[in-house]
Amino acid sequence: MSRKITVNVCMGTGGIAAGGSTVMEAFRQEFAEVGVDNARVVEKCRLHKVGCRGFCARDVLVDIAIDDQSWTYQYVDEKMVKRLVAEHILDNKPVEQWLVGDDYHTFHDNQEKIILGVLGHIDPESIDEYIGIGGYKAAEKVLATMTPQDTIEEIKRSGLRGRGGAGFPTGLKWSFCAANQADRRYIICNADEGDPGAFMDRSVIEGNPHAVIEGMIIGAYAIGADTGYIYIRAEYPLAVQRLKIALAAAKERGFLGKGICGSSFDLDLKIKLGAGAFVCGEETALIASIEGERGMPRAKPPFPANKGLWGKPTIINNVETLANIPPIINRGAEWFTSIGSEKSKGTKVIALTGKIRNTGLIEIPMGMPLKKIIYDIGGGIEGDRLFKAVQTGGPSGGCIPQQHIDLPVDYEGLKSVGSMMGSGGMVVLDETDCMVNIAKFFLTFTQEESCGKCVPCRIGTKRLLEILTRITEGEGKPSDLDLLQELAEDVRDASLCGLGMSAPNPVLSTLKYFRHEYEAHIFQKKCPAKVCSKLLTFYIRPDHCVGCGACKKACAVKAISGELKQVHQVDQALCIKCGSCFDACKFNAVIKE
Amino acid sequence: MISLTIDNQPVEVEAGATVLEAARKLRIDIPTLCHDSRLKPHGACRLCIVEIAGMPKPVTSCTTPATEKMVVTTQSAHLNRLRKTTVELLLSDHPNDCMICIGSGDCKLQELAYRFNLRGSRFRGKMRAHDRIDENPFVQRDQNKCVLCGLCVRVCEEIQGVGAIGYANRGFESKITPPFEKELSCEFCGQCIAVCPTGALSGKLWVGYPRQQGLEKTETTCSYCGCGCNLTLHTYGKSIAKVTSRQDNHNRGWLCVKGRFGYEFVTSNERLTTPLIRRQKGGSLEPASWEEALDLVASRLLDIKSKHGPDAVGGLASARCTNEEGYLFQKMFRAGIGTNNVDHCARY
Repeated sequence: MSRKITVNVCMGTGGIAAGGSTVMEAFRQEFAEVGVDNARVVEKCRLHKVGCRGFCARDVLVDIAIDDQSWTYQYVDEKMVKRLVAEHILDNKPVEQWLVGDDYHTFHDNQEKIILGVLGHIDPESIDEYIGIGGYKAAEKVLATMTPQDTIEEIKRSGLRGRGGAGFPTGLKWSFCAANQADRRYIICNADEGDPGAFMDRSVIEGNPHAVIEGMIIGAYAIGADTGYIYIRAEYPLAVQRLKIALAAAKERGFLGKGICGSSFDLDLKIKLGAGAFVCGEETALIASIEGERGMPRAKPPFPANKGLWGKPTIINNVETLANIPPIINRGAEWFTSIGSEKSKGTKVIALTGKIRNTGLIEIPMGMPLKKIIYDIGGGIEGDRLFKAVQTGGPSGGCIPQQHIDLPVDYEGLKSVGSMMGSGGMVVLDETDCMVNIAKFFLTFTQEESCGKCVPCRIGTKRLLEILTRITEGEGKPSDLDLLQELAEDVRDASLCGLGMSAPNPVLSTLKYFRHEYEAHIFQKKCPAKVCSKLLTFYIRPDHCVGCGACKKACAVKAISGELKQVHQVDQALCIKCGSCFDACKFNAVIKE
Repeated sequence: MISLTIDNQPVEVEAGATVLEAARKLRIDIPTLCHDSRLKPHGACRLCIVEIAGMPKPVTSCTTPATEKMVVTTQSAHLNRLRKTTVELLLSDHPNDCMICIGSGDCKLQELAYRFNLRGSRFRGKMRAHDRIDENPFVQRDQNKCVLCGLCVRVCEEIQGVGAIGYANRGFESKITPPFEKELSCEFCGQCIAVCPTGALSGKLWVGYPRQQGLEKTETTCSYCGCGCNLTLHTYGKSIAKVTSRQDNHNRGWLCVKGRFGYEFVTSNERLTTPLIRRQKGGSLEPASWEEALDLVASRLLDIKSKHGPDAVGGLASARCTNEEGYLFQKMFRAGIGTNNVDHCARY
């Protein structure tokens, strides 16, 4: 009996955080102990470290593949390994209770995975596995059979648009760069993923770094660049390590360096680590950072495609954009245009988070309605609470309310309702979220990350945040509504770079769709979602209180009084509204309003 | 040449000129704060924004190159609103103490507030409270009045080639500072003071003098070296209150530490106003006329030459001399005295 057994352990950052390394080690030990390598049982058993497969909420995810059949286990820890090996691998009886449920399949089946499909199936540290699934075929094809002009035309025809945020047509950008007279040109991969909660670029590099490198080779050839940089944040150590391994392997195999694939084309790629400034994801700030300057944006025009790194024509593409290039070359522009909506072709990787059952990394064809993403892939709202809004596009995106739940998710669709695609973050909010507080949350981030160069962003975002803070603390005045609106518009229209131009989006979209919540904070001094603590009053319902004393014990400021087995009271003058009593009460006797 | 239209007026500019330069050629007034035509454009203050047909949003005219057939609008209700808000935001984080500010009367922010009729700001909130680090002898820094225009950083880097200051921190907490937020340690040329649009940077020697009223201006030439930079002396009675330099001079308004701050000798009691001669060995130096002094030097030189030969004499010229004076000096030594023993202090 000879079986081919493969155990895939999720070793993306999510997998490792959940204990992937321990699980992997446990499998190794168990195999050694029971002698799985023994020819009697197993012909070939391989343990794989794989990249992200998207369903991070269920980590550690483990696939056990025997011959052509594969089973996926969720929430695996090292204690479960012994039984998995004994029952599934040795006795061939899968452990039903630990297998993923139907929702795992619903989560995946509604997706279209051009970029993420490979993640979780190949070893990102092995160039042979990438080559084994057709890797570097596109680069070879381009270098052997296509001119740079052909390559640009093919990408133009595919309709691919930048996945980093602005959605500018990639082929057009390449053609602008190629049209410049210059002795040197550069290609840069923007892997400075800075949106809180976004991890698509990190996952792609961790799970399939060669796809990005191959995309860069094709892009560099198309525009005539001989040097490229991958600008990646230092906070992504695993991605950096895998990139280094991949770059070394690609160089060794002749996919980088002099005379790539036997052609006369040379390309050298370097890694440049970013120090964690959000604004360095903005292309001109990123260029300044590579040049060794402070990461501050420069005014456009001139655009980097004309005058970029060290004054030379430069193309900056996002990780996901570059990872789309090899499939487009391999399968053709027509195939790519068959996916997606009218003006947004292909797929988009989205980091789905917030008050949703299935959080994780997903990839959808452009134009999929929000509703389908939230309810079919996301599995609906946690605890079946009411959906309130979805915030898309990272910290500078907008909040989209229930009335637009059927909106198709593509560049135009999101923009039409005052939000944006951004890098693809999607945070689902429910009835327990206060929209004023949400706007304040995002402004806190953008305000801290403003580089300080231009006045509207440096001082304007600070003043916006101060007004929002005032409102959430019950200090809001009726005139604040107009002031907020006007200042947000002015910051949007007068700022130097994309950060300042989009930072007011959370304010503007919540003012538009959730004005009543602002009004409640200002006029009634109430927070409808019961989030803003300074606007809450805590009191104890006499008919529910059993006098257990739990709330009294939990209160740090001794604001609660009452004898044991007697009804307790809150002294409003002492209460600091921390909510400890609310959390401590097991009888729903503490009310916040 | 490039032809474009600004506010319905046609204008032609050289290729590479910015929209702001084109507008200034037409004498159209566009407010600026972070712009200085002698430095690279920065685009930070956002006051010079204009609308350009075909562009979705206002752009800064100081950074945007003029292109053929461009149609530019410099005044509109929208632009005016954005400029006004920008100035208001600056004022919301600026001490409202013009009455006692050293920069008053020579402050671009003050002018902008006046221009937009801003008594106060709609935006109240936190104001910066930077510690004052103030031990150097020349540059007085008041960070709380800084508008982050970046002119000081740029002049230090681009003109002086020193790079003594840069940006620190992010967002609202951004500030201009020497490395590690220590005291300035530079050549104290004071170019940063010259370009600062507000009272954030000023000269320590200026303190105690009137700011504008009562000052008399005199154009003169710096006597420190052969460059002969043009100076404007601002005098109050017999005292020099400060020294500046006009941009339309051959030195384009740039000065060094000596020209800008080295003026105290003018009214010093120790200043030499006549030649001094020691008439007796061991005696003290006594005032003399120029004729007497020059005659003495000439006779001694001839004396030495005749006794010991021309090579017993050597001449060292001062860098204060102009090129022409330097030429005459060596001519005197080579042709007049007959020696090649002549040199110049800037050479060693």
